[in-house]
Amino acid sequence: MQVYLPIAEMSVNALVILALGGMVGFLSGLFGVGGGFLMTPLLIFVGVPPAVAVGTQSNQLVGASVSGVIGHWRRGNVDFRMGLVLLLGGLVGSVIGVWLFSILRRSGHIDLVISLLYVILLGVVGGLMLAESTRALLRHRRKTAVRRKLHQHIWLHGLPLKMRFHKSRLYISAVVPFVIGLLGGIAVSILGVGGGFFMVPAMIYLLGMPTAVVPGTSLFQIIFTTAAVTVLQAITNHTVDAMLAVLLLAGGVVGAQFGSRFGANLRGEQVRALLALLVVAVCIKLFVDLVLTPDDVYSITVPPAS
Amino acid sequence: MRGLALVLATLALASGWPTPAARAQALVADLTNHLIAITTGFTGTEVVLFGAIEGEGDVIVVVRGPETAIEVRRKERTLGVWLNRSDMTFADVPSFYAIASTRPIEQLARPEVLTRYRIGVDHLALEAADATDQVEQFRQALIRNKQRESLFPTAVGTVTFVGSRLFRTTVAFPANVPTGSYQVSVFLMRNGQVQGAQTTPLLVSQLGLSADIVDFAYRRALLYGLIAVFVAAMAGWLGSVAFRRV
Repeated sequence: MQVYLPIAEMSVNALVILALGGMVGFLSGLFGVGGGFLMTPLLIFVGVPPAVAVGTQSNQLVGASVSGVIGHWRRGNVDFRMGLVLLLGGLVGSVIGVWLFSILRRSGHIDLVISLLYVILLGVVGGLMLAESTRALLRHRRKTAVRRKLHQHIWLHGLPLKMRFHKSRLYISAVVPFVIGLLGGIAVSILGVGGGFFMVPAMIYLLGMPTAVVPGTSLFQIIFTTAAVTVLQAITNHTVDAMLAVLLLAGGVVGAQFGSRFGANLRGEQVRALLALLVVAVCIKLFVDLVLTPDDVYSITVPPAS
Repeated sequence: MRGLALVLATLALASGWPTPAARAQALVADLTNHLIAITTGFTGTEVVLFGAIEGEGDVIVVVRGPETAIEVRRKERTLGVWLNRSDMTFADVPSFYAIASTRPIEQLARPEVLTRYRIGVDHLALEAADATDQVEQFRQALIRNKQRESLFPTAVGTVTFVGSRLFRTTVAFPANVPTGSYQVSVFLMRNGQVQGAQTTPLLVSQLGLSADIVDFAYRRALLYGLIAVFVAAMAGWLGSVAFRRV
């Protein structure tokens, strides 16, 4: 079934887009990552212009995150207090990020910096997670489970402005989640991809939040960042395609429900291992794209209006 | 005489009617439809062009979409990584360009003639303001990329004669055809020269729901964005309500 997308000015197969939305929605529901890293290239692959892909998928993420958050909230797995602190940091971070972006662009090396930074970050985060979760899985298999502390206390947690986060069973300095949100916000503005990939591991390992609470809390703050991006894109670039968004949404909200349900049946270290595999896979894919000789080294685009 | 013809041709080109007007009667042509309406179910379409010529000759049909500037970028290996390192901007690139002909165009006229009337992708006047000595590679890359997007169809359509004077052809427009004002030019070729030409306008435009969405997105951008977010949030909520009972 072909549907014409008015803003993208092209026709797509509605079933393909529904499936895409469903698949990425499933990942958001399961891991609490936005999924923009997958959605944007897939949409471009289908033929959607990159600008429209970026603008519209942020709109779809609003719906998928709301759907996912409600799913997690019903199981009592959203720490709203933590989410708000992260969000506050995220807002400050995106302002700093936009400023950094313009400085980097003036230096003329932004493409190289962004590409390499992204691959390195994903590689390090994914690698560390994979190692940790594999150890945890092996420990579980040997059934030599030693009684461990609820979470490791590191020096960061002892900073001033201590706050109690009931849902996460944490009593730590609010500075830490604020800074994590801030770094996530910077990543969003510079890399143009949602911060879920850095936020989720940081919440698990740096904050010591229980894995079950992480996806819902991460999605909670993703609702607000993606909503802001959607409105900004609609005003400045007119790149939000309502038709495409509706199709992606239909798939996305259903996928997010399945994702959060599926996640509830998994153990923390299993979710972490799967996410780690995904992060590593994305990292390898990006690295290969950068290094492999492209089919055509030339590409065309409509120059930005001066 | 030749000088006069050249002056006429130049004048005609400048006015957008690449033909000596006096010869116009040697050729008449028209489209079955002057509007391509893009609605929600649009998957590409075909427009039939028909006409008649006086006497012997061949016919070439050129379809040009509205012109835009296009930036061509080239990736180069930097520190082992492929990145866009150089670019060139071509002005007045037709957003769509297709031709149909009774015979291969190289058999109908010399390259100079084809270039004068911009017949064939290799004869388009694609000029870059920031051209370097590598402009030809960039120009070829531009055509190659347009062809990949099916906006410069590689297949030359066939113009068929019905009897000795009547001709017809079908111009195919892909689903991603750009919107705007198109020009369909028909050339009568005889003895390697353009003996007559006619240009017919063709409008490609979104209609109905599609057009309303575009209109809304540009005219009331803030409201459009807010509604988009609201609809998405509602869809998310509805999705979770629907799944509660499952």
